[in-house]
Amino acid sequence: MEVTLNDYLILSTILFAIGLLGAIRRKNLLMLFFATEIMLNAVNVGMAAISKFHGDLTGQIFAFFIVAIAASEVAVGLGLLILWFKRRNTLNLDSLQKMEG
Amino acid sequence: MENYVLVALFAPLVGSLFAALFGNSKKTQITGIVTSVLLAVSLIASINLAYHIFTTEEIIHFSLKDWIVLGNVNIPFGIVVDQVSVTMMVVVTMVSTMVHIHSNGYMDHDKSFNRFFSYLSAFVFSMMILVMSDNFAGLFIGWEGVGLCSWLLIGFWYDKADIEKSDDIEKSPFSTLSPYSSISPSYAANEAFIMNRVADLGMLIGIFLIYWNLGTLQYDAVFANISTLTHSTIVAIAIFLFIGAMGKSAQFPFNTWLANAMEGPTPVSALIHAATMVTAGVYLVIRANEIFTVVPEVGYFIASLGAFVAIFAASQALVATNMKKIIAYSTLSQLGYMFVAAGLGAYWIALFHLATHAFFKSVLFLGAGNVMHAMNDEINIKRMGGLKKHMPYTALIMTIASAALAGFPFLAGFYSKELILASAFGQHAYILWAILWLTAGLTAFYSFRLVMYVFHGRETHVDLNLGYHPHESYGYVIAAMTPLAILAIISGWWEHEFVEFITHALPVFHPHVTDSTNLILMVVTISVSLFGMGFAYFKFSKDGKYYGEAMKNTFVYKLLANQYYFPHFIENFINKPYLALSKFSWKEIDMKIIDAIVDGIAGLIYDGGKASRTVQTGNLSKALKLMTMGIVVLLILVLIFGSTK
Amino acid sequence: MFEVVAFYLFAILTIVMFVITVTTKNALYALSSLAAGMIFISAFFFLLEADFLGVVQIIVYTGAVMALYAFGMMFFDTISDVEEKIANPRLTFLLTGLVALVVVVIIVSPIVGANITAHYPVGISGNFPGVIVGNVQDIGIVLFTKYLIPFELAAVMLLVAMIGGIILAGKKMDMDLVQDTVQEQNHLHSDFNNKKDV
Repeated sequence: MEVTLNDYLILSTILFAIGLLGAIRRKNLLMLFFATEIMLNAVNVGMAAISKFHGDLTGQIFAFFIVAIAASEVAVGLGLLILWFKRRNTLNLDSLQKMEG
Repeated sequence: MENYVLVALFAPLVGSLFAALFGNSKKTQITGIVTSVLLAVSLIASINLAYHIFTTEEIIHFSLKDWIVLGNVNIPFGIVVDQVSVTMMVVVTMVSTMVHIHSNGYMDHDKSFNRFFSYLSAFVFSMMILVMSDNFAGLFIGWEGVGLCSWLLIGFWYDKADIEKSDDIEKSPFSTLSPYSSISPSYAANEAFIMNRVADLGMLIGIFLIYWNLGTLQYDAVFANISTLTHSTIVAIAIFLFIGAMGKSAQFPFNTWLANAMEGPTPVSALIHAATMVTAGVYLVIRANEIFTVVPEVGYFIASLGAFVAIFAASQALVATNMKKIIAYSTLSQLGYMFVAAGLGAYWIALFHLATHAFFKSVLFLGAGNVMHAMNDEINIKRMGGLKKHMPYTALIMTIASAALAGFPFLAGFYSKELILASAFGQHAYILWAILWLTAGLTAFYSFRLVMYVFHGRETHVDLNLGYHPHESYGYVIAAMTPLAILAIISGWWEHEFVEFITHALPVFHPHVTDSTNLILMVVTISVSLFGMGFAYFKFSKDGKYYGEAMKNTFVYKLLANQYYFPHFIENFINKPYLALSKFSWKEIDMKIIDAIVDGIAGLIYDGGKASRTVQTGNLSKALKLMTMGIVVLLILVLIFGSTK
Repeated sequence: MFEVVAFYLFAILTIVMFVITVTTKNALYALSSLAAGMIFISAFFFLLEADFLGVVQIIVYTGAVMALYAFGMMFFDTISDVEEKIANPRLTFLLTGLVALVVVVIIVSPIVGANITAHYPVGISGNFPGVIVGNVQDIGIVLFTKYLIPFELAAVMLLVAMIGGIILAGKKMDMDLVQDTVQEQNHLHSDFNNKKDV
């Protein structure tokens, strides 16, 4: 029994869905960031899988760049998060809302 | 020659526009002078054209400009000047010029002097378009133009208030014994315009039928091909065109507007309701004679209606004391005569009567204007009297005109009326002849009744201490009336030349009577008109009045004085239901349904906006959910529409 | 055989870890399970013969990023449980499930049976004589030839992110970036005017 590309893609999609679920469910800003990380990683897995099964390196390079970007995003995001926490003393997502709706 | 045509057509327009520049200013004499001069120019051009056509027998026909050219529709602004149009042109410009000059004197103290001349010249321009056009569309434009200008002119004193209706026969606006011609000038103007509009619907249908069946509106093409249509189509066309003519020429049941139009200034009545606009209907029938000759049954109907109107109007003039209404009824009656002639196929006779009638009727109105002006706008003939010594010239002219109207031998009206009566007799329409003969007697009677009451007898206005100081009008006014009076005398003498001239364009027609019968008819007719005139003269000299008190209380007297209760009928059975219908449409349909729909749409959008506003919460969690929902939708779409791969 | 076992093992582990990250109420547990998940993902990369990527994943993600998060956690109140209220759990689950399903269907359908030719085939380093054949060498060749510009741009971006992070976290530098309350503004302005050393 072989592991085919489909298996990897299904796995990637499941992981992405978990990340999406987290992004929707979580009200804590930090948890939101975690969910975003999960999604990015899921995509990376998909890229790498495609890259291998079609014998092209483009997928791996793409995943590589995604990793770089994710890292910098975390840096900046956490900085902002710290500032927010200093001001509001809470990380609840609903506190981010200034509009009345 | 084309230049003469253009001058004749556009000179009145130039005058009108010139006067319009001063429309809102105080009276400036220059407007009156300029417009009168321009009309005289138009008159000279028309006479030149008439002479040219008389000598060379050449018809001038050209297209001024293309108007509607789309697909198969081709309607130009075309002009045709043939014998019929040039006759009408001369009559119209002649009367108009004299009326313009007279108005300089009549409207002397009116504050809207300039506006009056603008409207008057505009009217003449529209009438010229009507008679000079070479297709039905141009005719219709002129038709509507004269309708509009007559509305403007009848309602000239639009700020006069409405008179209340009452049951008192001396005060009700629906009675010919009251000093009011109608409820108010603006009411009369609206009545005239709306009645004309309703009749114009008939004419439009006729024109549509012509176009639909023949594909063209040019006279020559239509008349050449008219006999290719089925008989019932031609009957329909003829009837509908005649309905339009009925409106303009105030045939029953569209007749109330003519008498009520006396609310306007008297020169307006002289021009419009004697010589030009009301004759437009007759002109239409004459112009379209080739259609009517194919369907003689419609012609017979026209003649019968004309005879009915003749006696219907004459009977109402018998008891009226409103001077202008008497003259208006006589116009209506003579229009009936013209339609009898046209209906029987005697088109040139109708045209001939149209021309002679224009001359004596207009000068009759102008004289009445002089009298009213002298008597502080008094309109009841019983409150005048003995004005002969104060206004000799006016008296003379009006007497001549009344005699011409009555058919006094060798004056203009005598020739044309004789011809009509002979035609009726010759076509074996003996009933029509009898009605017209009786009407001739009545006409003679009431026209001289008017002359007697106004110019002879006791000076009732002095007896009643009304404080009038009657004086003769300005010299130039009398000078303007004189040519018309002279024409009222002599225009019948050129009957033979006219016949030769006009039968190039109109069918030849001779009353089928032997010479001896003709002589007998003539004697009979002369005797009845002389009897009418004599009776009027002698009864007045003896008694000073005509109807005793006993007569005044009879049903017949009241019927005639109330105009056969026809205005009451219209008021109660047409106006009131229509008003109720309009109110219903406004309140129920317009406000409740249409406004509700429009406001509903606006409300819907507004509420939709209010509901959608809650989507923008600023809450990140909710926004993420929405985003996911959006992604789902897009992915599904991709799946559905991309699945062709 | 070995591959299949490894794949399914790591798959289950990764999924379990991430589910814990997403559902737990304790922030520390979330952090830890996220870190574990990252490691297992790198296992996948090794399975897929993307050695370089796998190593990068461990070093950058698990090492740097998780360390960042861990330091960040020190700022926040992490002992108490995270309170969350969800308006509509069913809708949420439904949505995500739907998305997942659709994505799978989309991605799976065209690839099955499609013929794609590779521009940069795996094993490109075999074309160069004198170079050891391996994934790292392949990536090196491609990264510094075709993707050189994105590489440089990524470097610039990282620099920018670094500077941004310093500014954000630094003490004196947060005045212009976040709207102060009026009080604090006045206080600061008065400090400035009085030439106080802040």
